[in-house]
Amino acid sequence: MTGAERAGTVYMSEPEKELPVDELKHLVSERALTGETMVLNMGPQHPSTHGVLRLLLELDGEEVINCVPDIGFLHTGIEKNMESKTYMKALVMTDRMDYLNNLGNNLAYCLAVEKLVELDVPPRAQVARVILAELQRIASHLVWLGTHALDLAAMSLFLYCFREREIILDIFEMCSGARMMTTYIRPGGLWRDLPDGFEEAVRAFLKLMPGRIDDYEAMLDKNPLWLDRTQGIGVVSAEQALGWGLTGPALRGSGVALDFRKAQPYSGYELFDFDVPVGSRGDVYDRYKVRMEEMRQSLRIIEQALEALPAGPVRSNNRKFVPPPRSELGHSMEALIHHFKLWTEGFSAPKGAVYVAVESPRGELGCYLEGDGGPKPYRVHFRTPSFASMQVLPVMSKGHLVADLVAIIGSVDIVLGDADR
Amino acid sequence: MDTVEGAVSALRQALGEQVLSVESFRGETTVVVAREAIVEAARLLRDAPELQFNLLAALTAVDYLPEEPRFAVVYKFYSLPNNRFLGLRVPVPGDDPEVPTIEGVFPNANWHEREVYDMFGITFKGHSDMRRILMPHDWEGHPLRKDYPLGYEEVQFTFNFDDIDRRKRYARE
Repeated sequence: MTGAERAGTVYMSEPEKELPVDELKHLVSERALTGETMVLNMGPQHPSTHGVLRLLLELDGEEVINCVPDIGFLHTGIEKNMESKTYMKALVMTDRMDYLNNLGNNLAYCLAVEKLVELDVPPRAQVARVILAELQRIASHLVWLGTHALDLAAMSLFLYCFREREIILDIFEMCSGARMMTTYIRPGGLWRDLPDGFEEAVRAFLKLMPGRIDDYEAMLDKNPLWLDRTQGIGVVSAEQALGWGLTGPALRGSGVALDFRKAQPYSGYELFDFDVPVGSRGDVYDRYKVRMEEMRQSLRIIEQALEALPAGPVRSNNRKFVPPPRSELGHSMEALIHHFKLWTEGFSAPKGAVYVAVESPRGELGCYLEGDGGPKPYRVHFRTPSFASMQVLPVMSKGHLVADLVAIIGSVDIVLGDADR
Repeated sequence: MDTVEGAVSALRQALGEQVLSVESFRGETTVVVAREAIVEAARLLRDAPELQFNLLAALTAVDYLPEEPRFAVVYKFYSLPNNRFLGLRVPVPGDDPEVPTIEGVFPNANWHEREVYDMFGITFKGHSDMRRILMPHDWEGHPLRKDYPLGYEEVQFTFNFDDIDRRKRYARE
């Protein structure tokens, strides 16, 4: 009897089986089988794949004939894990999916929970959520811009982008104590009120950022190398993009003005004025332009939201779903009971399924949440934009050079933690 | 008439008996369709000029063990021109988990169906590339099934330390 059998588990100990090459034959052309074209492995350890993306490339010289993405290296079973936690405790898993959009993931999940149990959110929390989500969008776009430019050999921009991103992360740290894994947005509102100095910090950022965005754009738009490497590369038409499930800035680069903040407003986005920038040619350059403009629009939203930020509570007063403030625990028996019940058993959600779609920096982030009457989610599924958008890579990259593939991957803006979950 | 109501009546008209029921929950409409009819339903939703559900927003599955039919495959379609979501749900029996693929109508169903196959073991008939997508290719079992346990790390004690160390998968030279 082997040790594995004794332990009752077989997953950990079996040596990995070789993948029979026959299983991949249908993915490459006939010419690869005769050796006329070359099949090359790119990734998963490759700096320009933005994580652990592996691409199988079939190449004719330097030209890409076929591109087969292989994902799953960062799969952590988040959906399975969430099924064994209460609704509130499962929230921490969502931060860890898309590590550049932590607050956005929190928001999608919280909106789904709130829809499932019909929980109200106070106005102050709603506006604060918008501010934080937009700050997060800018932070995410800054990482995208920095790494994308770095891939195309514009090294200095990377340092500038991360400098500005640091300011946003400092604001998050101020609010939640954590730079990335914030878990700050909770079902029913926020974890706690926005801290003193939050507004000043955001206002200082608002003052600084527009000039910086102009600087970045000037650095790239007047650079002939950048233009050569982005214009006309990785063109995808609007029909193709929709058929392959592309959403977000990458879809808008092809001229489709789909933005769930406008189309299906959530958390009070309908109160704010902003434009949805679109491109026309659907190439790498248009996707870049759309994201640059989106950062400016995000600043506009934040500015309006700061003006409109009302005073008041930041958590719903519905004690069946939201824990009472700690200050009450010392003198209110009822608060203590609620606190105890919520952190041990959790709250129950009715039988039924909801689907909520929000606009993440990368596209449509959907949360499918199904309850079974108990305190744990029966099924959670995240329709993550990176997973959906990656399917379009083969369509975009066919006929381009390997060096252009790097630009194309950057322009779709994928995060592998988001894709693999 | 609202787009969603229009879609429901168009589906009823085209598929007749194969529309099993229509559910409404928290303002979301889900049409339960027999699995034989899913391709036709998807095509109808996409192509009917007054519906135009041209984006397959999400595709996933749920395991209802020990109920029968055990699985349900869930589709979420979005219509850009009409700005509406519509859900389809296809019950799938546990002893024959197979559904026709809608890859021919919505190309992006390809990966989503692979994910459902990987996680639930539901195969999609006619799919061009039915391989695992997230789990390793030699993985046994389908993790999101309800009878699949959540993995765990064995607790190390002095008496079994070497035993665990020997078969645990470290990177070895």
